[in-house]
Amino acid sequence: MFYRESGDFKTTYAKDTQTFPIKLDRVGYYIILAVAFIAIPLLLITDTGGGASYWTNAIFLPFLIWAIAAIGLNILVGYCGQLSLGSGGFMAVGAYASYKLMTSFPDLNILFVVILSGAITAGVGILFGLPSLRIKGFYLAVATLAAQFFLVWLFNKVPWFYNYSASGQISAPTRSFFGFEVTGATASAEAKYLFCLVLLFCVAWVARNLTRGRIGRSWMAIRDMDIAAEIIGVAPLKTKLSAFGVSSFFIGIAGSLFFTVYLGAVEVGEAFGIQKSFLLLFMIIIGGLGSIFGSIIGAAFMVLMPVLLKIILVDQLNWATDIAAHFQFVIVGALIIIFLILEPHGLAQLWRLLKEKLRLWPFPH
Amino acid sequence: MSANFFYTIEVIANGLMTGVMYSLVALGFVLIFKASGVFNYAQGVMALFAAMTLVGIQTGQVPFAHLINVIFGTHLDKFGWEVPTFIAILIALAVMIGFAFLVERYILKHLVNQDPIILFMATIGLAYFMEGFGDLMWGSEIKKLDVGLPQGGNVWLENATAGWAEGFYGFYIDNLDMWATAIAIVLVAGLIVFSNYTKTGRALRAVADDNQAALSVGISLRKIWVIVWSLAGLVALVAGIMWGAKSGVQFSLSLIALKALPVLMLGGFTSIPGAIVGGMIIGVGEKLFEFTVGPYIGGATENWFAYVLALIFLVFRPQGLFGEKIIERV
Amino acid sequence: MNATAESYVTEDGRTIGAPVMEMKNITLKFGGVTAISNISFDIREGEIRAIIGPNGAGKSSMLNVINGFYHPQEGEIWFRGEKRKPMKPYQIAQQGIARTFQNIALFKGMSTLDNIMTGRFTHMKTNMFWQAVWKGPAEREENLNRDIVEHVIDFLEIQAIRKTPVGRLPYGLQKRVELGRALAAQPKLLLLDEPMAGMNVEEKEDMSRFILDVNDEFGTTIALIEHDMGVVMDISDRVVVLDYGKKIGDGTPDEVRNNQDVIDAYLGVAHD
Repeated sequence: MFYRESGDFKTTYAKDTQTFPIKLDRVGYYIILAVAFIAIPLLLITDTGGGASYWTNAIFLPFLIWAIAAIGLNILVGYCGQLSLGSGGFMAVGAYASYKLMTSFPDLNILFVVILSGAITAGVGILFGLPSLRIKGFYLAVATLAAQFFLVWLFNKVPWFYNYSASGQISAPTRSFFGFEVTGATASAEAKYLFCLVLLFCVAWVARNLTRGRIGRSWMAIRDMDIAAEIIGVAPLKTKLSAFGVSSFFIGIAGSLFFTVYLGAVEVGEAFGIQKSFLLLFMIIIGGLGSIFGSIIGAAFMVLMPVLLKIILVDQLNWATDIAAHFQFVIVGALIIIFLILEPHGLAQLWRLLKEKLRLWPFPH
Repeated sequence: MSANFFYTIEVIANGLMTGVMYSLVALGFVLIFKASGVFNYAQGVMALFAAMTLVGIQTGQVPFAHLINVIFGTHLDKFGWEVPTFIAILIALAVMIGFAFLVERYILKHLVNQDPIILFMATIGLAYFMEGFGDLMWGSEIKKLDVGLPQGGNVWLENATAGWAEGFYGFYIDNLDMWATAIAIVLVAGLIVFSNYTKTGRALRAVADDNQAALSVGISLRKIWVIVWSLAGLVALVAGIMWGAKSGVQFSLSLIALKALPVLMLGGFTSIPGAIVGGMIIGVGEKLFEFTVGPYIGGATENWFAYVLALIFLVFRPQGLFGEKIIERV
Repeated sequence: MNATAESYVTEDGRTIGAPVMEMKNITLKFGGVTAISNISFDIREGEIRAIIGPNGAGKSSMLNVINGFYHPQEGEIWFRGEKRKPMKPYQIAQQGIARTFQNIALFKGMSTLDNIMTGRFTHMKTNMFWQAVWKGPAEREENLNRDIVEHVIDFLEIQAIRKTPVGRLPYGLQKRVELGRALAAQPKLLLLDEPMAGMNVEEKEDMSRFILDVNDEFGTTIALIEHDMGVVMDISDRVVVLDYGKKIGDGTPDEVRNNQDVIDAYLGVAHD
């Protein structure tokens, strides 16, 4: 009854194409922003027990970072229709690029480290995207496995990447942003949280802008029918490579944050193995292919579900952790299948349908 | 002839044997892809699941023992009997056929006419489901699988060829690999006979060619799907037995099966001979590469060699070795 | 009228100019099959040029040659007075050739508006950076092009389905949206591959009117393939007739109608 656009006339094309055309949506969006940028950091600061760091490390940081990666992968898979199973490898590129940048240029601001790491990953992504001109569908998916396995092997076997450390691990030195430490063991929960949140906000904003204009439409044209796209003037290779580049840029940023801010120390096979590529793919399937909002809720879902399962099964029912982990596999697998059968466009589509219903409520039509 | 030459031959021979193992898994992919256009990512996990089931039945494990114990506080573990290998294999096969029914009924039926890529992602979900399900059912510890096949190096061959060159101690070839090769040959021959000379086989090929047309001449698509998934289950069981006997039944089995993917890219998704030849090329290629180049660049190149080879190959021949050239139309 | 004249005025007062596109001795083979053999014809500025012929005559192949999807083994293509080098289809689109397809080739996951906006792709230039920022050049460019697209939407009378995903539209409307996408490109040459296939009489009338209006209002040169002879004879200025990859007739509708080869090809010829 209140959720509708009637009376809210769009008098310019700009107003017609805005992100939240309905007033209530805009209000909700600002409330969420206020909660994320003001309320949660305040809570984190005032909480002096272990709660702040538990919430940050178990939920907030993984969510924010995976959301960035999911937006990245969604651009490639959901918008441009190129299936990739190499995201874990690309995240590793972001992480190792940050490590090399941080250790080679100690004075470089952490923000530039993260963005440069994204740029380096974009370069690697474009390189592995080159075959996409000739290879399509699952052939391409399998080809991206080459990126996954080769990159992980490379960071494992070439000592230059981990500065010849004996353990083969890399660990992030302490770096500050505007005087607040955001990496390293002594960084505070709220600083890490805010740093990742700002980056997620920027990534989502850029992704939204790219997908609503000329470039986004060229990606979707390639996805929906590549031959027709070429005949209206879309250059296939350039378009696919731009999707690989932008996607890898975001995934690289996520990989960089995953290492520098979240984990602090990383062993490549464990942190960026093929499982991570699948996890990311599941996020965008469940969240919604071809939706920025879907990427974010998909990431939230896949981060929260194991935590909830652990609380219910392990803490409440006293199950052994390995049985709970197997159970999680069953649930994730079943959910993927159920979503693909019932709603291939994921949670984002369910949300859209709910809003459609709300707009009409209380009338049936 | 130097010893190095013979060692290279040995590497190639072992590569061929490994290649046969890859081909076994790849074969399962090809069967399903041809008949239903589904690229079944779960084939590797099916092999793992089949092997786990076989071990479980053989050793008389209680299914879901851990889960039941944790829910009801019981202490179930084993029934206390052992099932003879042959019967256990039959039961495991029955389980795989039952599985084929369930997949058709609860997944495929609902995904008809979806994009191939959606089906592919559904099978990734299926793989996750089965992996968790198998672990819940039979436990996740590494299991030893013994079906009575001889193991270890072939002593006769080693002794017979020792001393062919200075510093050469004879060919080391695993008995199990030789068995696997023989069984794979029998299996492939059987499949070819089945698909060429039986009525069901003809129906299978008809569906592979054009499922709309097959439907219109009265072939039941759903029945065909159950049959191919059962066949794929059989292939998975054989592959699972071979891999399991070789390196134990454990999670990494499903990762080894990922190697079947580059095999398919080389051989083409629809060609049984392609799967065999592709497997051989990958098997020999990765062993040779590791033997010759590996030591200089840190080793463990088997992790990625197959994928990179397939990637490079595909850029020049996107349809694979045996696939037909695709002419795009508008 | 004189077919060699530089330009002339039709009975209904439109000016037909010099040839914009000339196909010279085109031969196209697939393996051993010759789809088009040694065909020459031209398309003049501002005219409606029909390509007709029985199934398998090579009509669609001809369109595919014009927009660069197929590369002929022999022959030359001249566009706007220049010999065309071998090009990719997207480069040809950038030269100002747009087309529609026999089987609808819309982008199913996008709305009507977005589909037609893709038609503006070759006219939009802002780079990745400004696209990412959006405010500024990207938004300005988007709104300018939106304005042109809205005119196309008005012209084709599809305002009501602007935001509808094209997958949900009925066939006739999808055809119209596809025409809209091609029109939005403001092409110098518009190729229509069976624009009326599978339509009922009313839809055909609508589509014929749109084609005539496009030609009349924007002066767009149109080449079309169509099976409905009534429509072809009514709306086209000149007709080229293909059969088994060969040209058997070329001229005004009246000339073609009375051409013995064409009559034989369509009605069959008595062998005695």
